[in-house]
Amino acid sequence: MKEMLTIAMPKGRIFLEAVELLRGAGYELPPEFDDSRKLIIEVEEEKFQFILAKPMDVPTYVEHGVADLGIAGKDVMLEEERDVYELLDLKISGCYLAVAGLPDKKMNDVAPKVATKYPHLAAAYFREQGEQVEIIKLNGSIELAPIIGLSDRIVDIVSTGQTLKENGLVEYEKITDITSRLIVNPVSYRMKDARISELVSRLSKVVNPA
Amino acid sequence: MTELFMFEKPLGMRDTLPDLYETKSRARSSIKAEMKQWGYQFIATPALEYYETVGTASAIQDQQLFKLLDQQGHTLVLRPDMTAPIARVAASKLLNDDLPLRLAYSESLYRAQQREGGRPAEFEQVGVECIGDNTISADGEMIALAVSSLKKAGLTNFQLSVGHIGFVQDLFLQILGNEERAQTLTKYLFEKNYVGYREHVQSLSLSSIDRQRLFSFLDMRGGEEVIDKALSVVENGKGKAAIGELRVLWDIIREYGVESSVKFDLTLVSHMSYYTGILFEIYAGNVGFPIGNGGRYDRLLQKFGKPTGATGFAVRLDRLLESLGGLQETTPLHCVLFSSERRQEAFAAAAEKRANGENVVLQDISGVKDIDACTSKFSDITFLVGKTGKGPLS
Repeated sequence: MKEMLTIAMPKGRIFLEAVELLRGAGYELPPEFDDSRKLIIEVEEEKFQFILAKPMDVPTYVEHGVADLGIAGKDVMLEEERDVYELLDLKISGCYLAVAGLPDKKMNDVAPKVATKYPHLAAAYFREQGEQVEIIKLNGSIELAPIIGLSDRIVDIVSTGQTLKENGLVEYEKITDITSRLIVNPVSYRMKDARISELVSRLSKVVNPA
Repeated sequence: MTELFMFEKPLGMRDTLPDLYETKSRARSSIKAEMKQWGYQFIATPALEYYETVGTASAIQDQQLFKLLDQQGHTLVLRPDMTAPIARVAASKLLNDDLPLRLAYSESLYRAQQREGGRPAEFEQVGVECIGDNTISADGEMIALAVSSLKKAGLTNFQLSVGHIGFVQDLFLQILGNEERAQTLTKYLFEKNYVGYREHVQSLSLSSIDRQRLFSFLDMRGGEEVIDKALSVVENGKGKAAIGELRVLWDIIREYGVESSVKFDLTLVSHMSYYTGILFEIYAGNVGFPIGNGGRYDRLLQKFGKPTGATGFAVRLDRLLESLGGLQETTPLHCVLFSSERRQEAFAAAAEKRANGENVVLQDISGVKDIDACTSKFSDITFLVGKTGKGPLS
């Protein structure tokens, strides 16, 4: 009897890409998932249970051990700093974190402001640069902030640059590259050692073909 | 009296209500009894200590300390662990005859939480320290005692992962050449960032053999076979000595008969600088966090002026209870309800039951508004009400 592995991951594109990776690793998954409304999907044959969560919440589920494994963007890992193992770079949903703003706009000398979904990460980045800025946390549509004058800069993920361009923004600095990572709870990593090690080694062959 | 903050407690502080209290105290006393039977003597130390001594000597990060000032302006800390206070006591009072010292404790500790305010900032640890014994037998004793204490507390599904920090340090030093580079790589392990570890190794200019040694290190987890794997990546020096220690440890673990609960995990780095040799973490089902940890810390006693080795372990009671699952049934509670006419008779009845080891509540019936609610609250009830022999019920 194999024990159940619970895997938390974001809904939508990342879920589909992850499923593709698992198929590539030889796991028998059904051809189609009805993931429109469901929060939990079970695959009895392979003893997988997928939890479909908000991207930002994936490391939380894993840290608390309600999910053994998770698929989380490096951006989320940097922001959340959860106590979990980051085992594998899955090399899916690649993008990068960047500082952007209106073209030819200098940072305000009196009260420079930066809007972002990643307050922790952005604060750390500007501290390293030796710049004092005020961080404003937003939950979405970050591009709005410089346009309406809430902030001079934004820190956000960029994949194609299309969204920035459409909103008349330009990129100033690239902070770091982002891909999705396979993360695991420290207790599960020991208690479900055999299954997790197998999964990791099968997946790493797909991700890093020799 | 102001009504402000009536139900509120400082962040991370919790009340323990009767049922939980009893469950907790049962688990605590079964672990304590086991530790006593292994010859460990319990001691207590103050909750407040000087920041300069215990605060800085402890393994806990500075931002997790609760600090306050005393009337003279000295900085104090609420003890964040028990190992440093015990090292202080041992160094100043107890370590006089150069004999190994076996001490135990069961105390509340205080660590400020960085996120999610609901996590406990005060929690109880039960643990032991074995001071002044540098043998592997002492390390083995920690593991065997941890296993047997947890079993006594009723835990069945748990595992210890054992590593050796000396092996990690020497392997990295041999391959990378200097302390600073070894430290950088160790940090990736400590942060559990294996992706970063691999990228970092890839970015270093190393021979492909050395690179492979560092990659294969990440897989050094499992049973006895890990020892041979480890020997294939270090040929000499302290690293080899560390593996020798683990081999002896495995024999000891087997002789104690606890090998089914123990695995090796050489990637284990519980702290950046605190531990100096064999170390371990304890994991249990139903809890996402380690329920306990331990290891050898040979540099701590030195800070208190007694250069000697020591090892120990501690179990977090709150996480142990979480793993045991739910509240245990409370001890049956008997109630003797009496009216003033039969008061003396009630007292005698209660005294007799108490002498037989029962827990008995004596309640004057005129103090009870709702008899039904009262009777349903107790496992058993005796009415001594009305004139002698004519009680409405009995």
